[in-house]
Amino acid sequence: MLDARGSVNNLRGAPLGQRSFHMANIFAVFYRSSVGKKIIVAITGVILILFVIGHLLGNLQIFIGPDWINGYSQHLHDLGPLLWLIRAFLFIAVVFHIYLTILLAIENRRARPEPYIDKRYVKADFASRHMVMSGLIVLAFIAYHLAHFSFRKTDPRFALLKPDPLGHYDVYSMMVYGFQNYFVSGFYLLGLFLLALHLSHGSSSFFQSLGLNDKKMTPRLALAGRIFAWLLFAGYTSIPVAILLGLIKPAQQL
Amino acid sequence: MNFKLRIWRQPNRKSPGKLADYEVLDISPNTSFLEMLDILNETLLGRGDEPIAFESDCREGICGTCSLTINGEAHGPDHPGAVCELYMRKFRDGATITVEPFRVGSFPIVKDLVIERSALDRIVQAGGFISARTGSAPEANSIPVAKHNADLAMEAAACIGCGACAAACPNGSAMLFTSAKVSHLALLPQGHPERESRVLKMVQVMDAEGFGNCTNTYECEAVCPAEISASFIAKLNREYARAVLQRSAGE
Repeated sequence: MLDARGSVNNLRGAPLGQRSFHMANIFAVFYRSSVGKKIIVAITGVILILFVIGHLLGNLQIFIGPDWINGYSQHLHDLGPLLWLIRAFLFIAVVFHIYLTILLAIENRRARPEPYIDKRYVKADFASRHMVMSGLIVLAFIAYHLAHFSFRKTDPRFALLKPDPLGHYDVYSMMVYGFQNYFVSGFYLLGLFLLALHLSHGSSSFFQSLGLNDKKMTPRLALAGRIFAWLLFAGYTSIPVAILLGLIKPAQQL
Repeated sequence: MNFKLRIWRQPNRKSPGKLADYEVLDISPNTSFLEMLDILNETLLGRGDEPIAFESDCREGICGTCSLTINGEAHGPDHPGAVCELYMRKFRDGATITVEPFRVGSFPIVKDLVIERSALDRIVQAGGFISARTGSAPEANSIPVAKHNADLAMEAAACIGCGACAAACPNGSAMLFTSAKVSHLALLPQGHPERESRVLKMVQVMDAEGFGNCTNTYECEAVCPAEISASFIAKLNREYARAVLQRSAGE
């Protein structure tokens, strides 16, 4: 039963016997392969997970007081070129993470041209099947978040804030004024919910992609990943929720 | 027991297919799903209609020939097990059952529920073998194999190559199949001479055949009739990374 599909010639490129894997092209082979792309997605994912942990720890300083979070922000800006190096590194990680997953998703679409009329999933959960959807909405959220608090383009009041008594930019009051708006906080909650959904799969999935688990560890890591993701959600959302409940008040009046 | 069946009919690879409705009456609960289809085909033949084409061979769950998606699950609702090990008592009396082929672009439909799975054979051809001297079998204990590795290799070798992993995968990925074949030989000393080239070639052929990519949903291991664990995919990833590192460092 060898027709056009069945013959070995439909393998893109040279026939099997002539295929070789030498030093010169091994990285190209890796980058083009399904497993290689998956490994790069996992590594960039780990970098971004480390970032969201660090970012949360930095932001939670709002609960200690204005001096802490304002000083932390000043300290980050004082890093100068190093800060830009870290930002560039994260940006490259984001670009690779998204570019490769979209590439993989397109290939996955093509792999099943005719869908099932009736399809039931036994084990694949919602989060694992909707990583591209949750990821792209998180990307939109990050774009808004950067415009909101990093570039401060969405709220003209942020430019009116006076430096705090130590001469630092008043990040504390900026966050309080920013989150006092229900729509802004609502969008943050939605973005963070999707981030948690994304990480409830992603934060254990990378162990599998990098081959760092076995039969015993996989279910434990999956549970730990889910707990981690929703702890992260609780940590991040505690800030707008505390502000909306009036537990944190601005350090200065506008 | 009586059942309403919605079965995929497709005359050949090129023509479009559709679901057709059938009814089977007075089926014993201890009839297997394939026997139920045999009974339906007898009725169809008696009426002078074209019987439903489906594949089966051993009918005891070891050959991996039967390949049906029943009510949206590869091999039907009774996991782990192949369609031939599924009995009608698993269904409610009067239930409507949808039967579709394994749907993966790399498994073209030949007719009705029959698919061509030679893409899996080509993955095996790329590296699912060892080089050994011909002649009489060597003394069994001349090559020691650690118990742990022997057990794991045996687990991986249980793969019957049915393709349910790719059929159930939301991405149509055959990674569980490939990982079982790669792991089976990588775990044994006999498989070590080709250890690196095997994983590189088998993954390359798997990709070239047009299968999707694994996104770690673990749907494959849930439907696998041979209970192959998705941790073999982690092993495949490890083997692949290892092979790339080794090749990049030079022969």
